[in-house]
This record gives sequence, C-alpha cells and structure tokens, in this order.
Amino acid sequence: MSLVTADNLEKTYRIGEISIKAIRGVNFTIEPASFVAFVGPSGSGKSTLLNMIGCLDPPTMGYLQVAGQDIANMDRKQAARFRGEHIGFVFQDFNLIPVLTVFENVEYPLLMVQNRPAQKRKKQVNNLLDAVGMGDQGDKYPSQISGGQKQRVAIARALVTNAKLVLADEPTANLDGETANRIINLMKKMRDEFDTTFIFSTHDPKVMQSAEIIFTLEDGELLQRQNDNGGTHA
Amino acid sequence: MLNVIKIAARNLRRYQRRTILTSSLITLGVVAVLLFISTTGSFKNMMVGQITDSMIGHLQIHRKGYLASIDNLPLNRNLDQRQVAKVKEILSGLDAVESYSMRIKLGAMFSNFTETTNIRLNAVIPEQEVKTVPLLSERIIEGEKKDVLLQKGEILIPELIAKGMKVKVGDNVVIVANNKDGSVNGKTFVVNGVLEGISGPGGRDGVIHLDDAKELLRINGFEISEIAVRLKNKDDLPRIFSSLKDDLASFTNKEGNPVFEVHTWEKLSPFYNIAQMINLMTFFIKIMLVAIVLVSIMNVMIMAVYERINEIGTIAAIGTLPGKIMALFVTEGFLLGVLGTAVGTVISLISIAAINAAKLTFDFGRQSNLVLAPTIGAEDVITIMLIVIGIAGAASLQPAFKAARMDPITALRHV
Repeated sequence: MSLVTADNLEKTYRIGEISIKAIRGVNFTIEPASFVAFVGPSGSGKSTLLNMIGCLDPPTMGYLQVAGQDIANMDRKQAARFRGEHIGFVFQDFNLIPVLTVFENVEYPLLMVQNRPAQKRKKQVNNLLDAVGMGDQGDKYPSQISGGQKQRVAIARALVTNAKLVLADEPTANLDGETANRIINLMKKMRDEFDTTFIFSTHDPKVMQSAEIIFTLEDGELLQRQNDNGGTHA
Repeated sequence: MLNVIKIAARNLRRYQRRTILTSSLITLGVVAVLLFISTTGSFKNMMVGQITDSMIGHLQIHRKGYLASIDNLPLNRNLDQRQVAKVKEILSGLDAVESYSMRIKLGAMFSNFTETTNIRLNAVIPEQEVKTVPLLSERIIEGEKKDVLLQKGEILIPELIAKGMKVKVGDNVVIVANNKDGSVNGKTFVVNGVLEGISGPGGRDGVIHLDDAKELLRINGFEISEIAVRLKNKDDLPRIFSSLKDDLASFTNKEGNPVFEVHTWEKLSPFYNIAQMINLMTFFIKIMLVAIVLVSIMNVMIMAVYERINEIGTIAAIGTLPGKIMALFVTEGFLLGVLGTAVGTVISLISIAAINAAKLTFDFGRQSNLVLAPTIGAEDVITIMLIVIGIAGAASLQPAFKAARMDPITALRHV
C-alpha cells in the first residue's frame, strides 16, 4: 500500500481578487521507505506540495492520502495530531529551539506532542542521537554546534517519534557541499535503518542525484518522475 | 505541566534583561501597594482605635431623635430608668459586649472666676467609662493618671480651655448649666486633670462625675443621654450592631415609633469618611497596579510572540497542539507575574519590618509624635499576590491566543 497518494491535487491561493494556482492537478504515489526528491525551479510548487503532504496546508481540490488517511479535510487539531504521530520535519534553517539543549530538542516531540514516559524518552532520544552521530553532544545548546550538526539534530528530532514520513524542505540549502552530502547520506542511512520515507525538495543537482525517485515540478505541474535506475514517466 | 513551566522559564531566561525589567516593574508596583496598604491601614487603625477607645466606644445607644439634635446636647431626649433597664438587660445577654458606659452629655458655662466660656461635658460613672473607653485616661496630659478617672466634685477639662483660661490642675472652677426645665444651677469643681484634645466629636469635651451632673441639672431619679458600648472584638461590630438594632426595634412608644436608636462609631465620627477615603485610595492604587501589570506583561508577551514566530511555526509543524502553545506563553506571563510578586512581597515585608524598627513618627491634626507602625495582614498580602499573578496570566492570554492560532506555514516563512 502506498504511503502517499495524490490524485488530481490542486492548490490555489487567493490574494484579494487574484487567484494563483500553485499546484495544478498533480497525481503521484510514494511507496514506504522511499527516498524521494521534488525538484524544480523556485516557485514551481515544491514547498507547497510538501506542505500539503505534511498536513500544514490543505489542498484546494483533489484527493491526498498519507499513511492511509485522507488528510484533505482535517481541522487544525486533527492535522496537528496527525503530524505529531506520523510526520517528521527537517527545515532548511534547522529550526531547533534555542533554549533547549540538543537532547531536549530531540526529546521535545516525545515530551510535548506524544507525552511519552521519561524512561522511554531517554532511551529513544539517546538511540537517535547515537544514530546521527551526536550522542556526545546532548548537553550542548544549538548555538554551540555547527550547521551540519544542527541538521543532524533536526533529523534525529524528525525520526524520534518513529515517524513513517520525514519531509525536508531544502535540507541542505544552508550547508556547504561536503556537509550537504553527509546530511543526505545520513538521511539515506536513517531510511535504511528505520524504514522511514524521506521526501525532500531541492534544486541542488548534487543532492538530486542521491534521490531514488525524483519528481520534477514546473509551474505547479508534475512534469516527470524519474527512478534511480534512470527510468522516466511523463 | 512541569515541562511547560520548564520551557517557559528557559524562555524568560533567554531575554534576561527584559525579564528583569518587567519583573522589576511589577515588583515596584507590589511594593508600593503593600507599603501603602500597611501604612494607611496602620494610620486608619490607630485613628479608629483612638476614636473608639478614648471617646465613642464601638457603638452607642440613644433615645430616638437624640442624634439628630446632638449638636445642642438636648436634655429632654434622655433615656429614663425604665428604658435604661431594658437596654442593660439586652446588653447583659450579649457575650460579645465587654462593657458599657452610661453618660449624660450637657453644655454648660465654665468659669475660672475671672473669665467665662462655654464647655461640653460628659458626665460619666468613672468605673464604667474607664472600662468602655480605656484610652481616655491616656489622654490626661496634666494631672495624675489614677485608676479611677475622677471623684465626685472633680473635673477633667479639655486642653484648649486649660490653656485659654490659664487653668491648672488643682484650681477651682465653676460650672453653670441650664436643666431641661430652663432653671440655672451652678457647682464648683476642682480641676483634676487636663485632657489632650483629639479630632472628632467629644474630642474636646470635659468630664465630670454622673452624680455631679445629676446634682447640677437637678435630675431626680435616673436618666442618661447615651450608653456607649465596647465590644470584646471590634470585628463583631456588624453582627452585634444588627442584633442590637433588631432587639431594640421591638420597643416602641404609644404611637408605635421606636424608642431607641443605635449607631456604630462609623456613623458617629467624621473620621469614618477619612477611613472610607483611604479605602477608596487603596482601591485606586490597586487598579493602578493592575494596569501596570497588565500593560507590562502584555507588552512583553506580544514582543515574545513576535520574536518567536518562526519557533512557533516549528513547534506547531511538529505537532504541538494549539492549546499547548497557548499554555507555553500563558505560563511565561504567569511566571513573570510570580517572580515580580514574590520579590515585591519579600521587599515589602522587609520594608515594613524596617519601618517598624525605625519607629518613625508623624503628626496628625493636633496630635504629634504618633508612631508609624505599619502592619499588613496575610489576607491583604495574599489578595495582592493573587491579583497580580492572575492579571499576569490574563494579560498573556491575548498574545498566547495569537501564537496558538498562528498558521504554521506563515510562521515558518517569517524571517
């Protein structure tokens, strides 16, 4: 069963009298444990699509199912609960909470979203920090670590809830080439280790090459799907 | 909840200078209010104590209509023996009553054999009077402060007359008065002491023995102008007043009108209006404190939300429910209030103790060297603390609501 199914998905923004179609009748499916990239120029609709898959922005039309649930008509609370249970986020600017330590940042979703007991939290957080190579940095604050390390912590935070899906909007945009590579490799490793689907947006060609499935978007339309074996679909 | 408090506290620490400034403002407000309440409260209690314990008593019973014409000290509105007996019977049945004093109040001419002036006199039974207004003897500034206030044939004269007429303790003076039938009589008294004048009705009255008044006024039998009552606990005043009023209301004359009237010190002394003004000022000071807390906390929390829009977007995106986001910000404001209040209360209590230790004095009216002894009850402290903390929480509601309602995408895009 597909993890994400989009059928004739549309998103229109209204600014006063003007309507802007950000996504135009997009269809696609994403299988569990995939490593997927949405690519395209700025304004092509990558982030809008990611926001819709992430239950942050409801579609204007069409059908969108994530982890077996129709997410198109969820209210704010339902969407927040769904995100907390099933989706992890990695942001371009890392978005760690500055007043919390590395450990506490990773712990945050378990504590404030899932209300897990302390012992389970500690075990889970330590596992994830070890997995992303930040096990010895737990006491540090975000201001005391590098950009690459911050993104590792953000990946650990996204995975700590056993999310089925991690959405990463331009996760390497603020990193140098070498660090970006390491982050992408880490995400792949995490996919292999936890069977989590990673969907990310990028316009960095090097990062694109790491994806197993690439969806190319332009002006809100899905132009093609390309598999890592080179196969393309219109 | 502990986690919410922990994160809120960390966020307060993030903007240390702002946190210190805001909580200092709240602290300042709390200190100002608590010191104001304690000092004005002390002044009020002292003045009320002086009025009730050296002049009026806690309440007074008169014949109906006496109070309306009290300025003339009418002798034709006195209580007769039968009426007094009824009142005594009721008073003896009230456990809360400590003592009562029967008085004849009269206006007279005072002469030192060379000059004459008018004088208001309270004729009392000294033993009853000392029990009912125990601070009266403290007001004797010249002459011996005896256990028994005065003997028959003696008079305590007010300070103003003593000075104006150059009369000293031991001097003979003559009191001349009209009785209720209009006939004039005079009697010689020996000045036994000089009474310090204080503000309020009766504050400049002289005192003579009840038997002397009866002789002077040629009263056959027994009649008095008023009965002053002292309660064991002044907090019982409303209850006893109500009970006495009800009990005395059952006594009516032939026309069916009530025979007695009963009044608390509040009705009898103009100082009650000053006390009420102090209460009103205290109320407005509290309103100002509320405004300070409301404006400062709301301002800080609006800033906090504005500065953390991106962070709010992040926590909302990863699944934090709107209620929890709201709780984070309300807790932050609440903690600011708690911090400011706690520090303010400690400073206030230390200041009150310091003022008491310093024994500062002040003058009020003709009274000088009154010791300022501020005191504050736990009830007042707790009320102020609850008001400030409650308002701090309430002031955070609007910014917190805004944070909770924020669209995660818009928030995440905020730079």
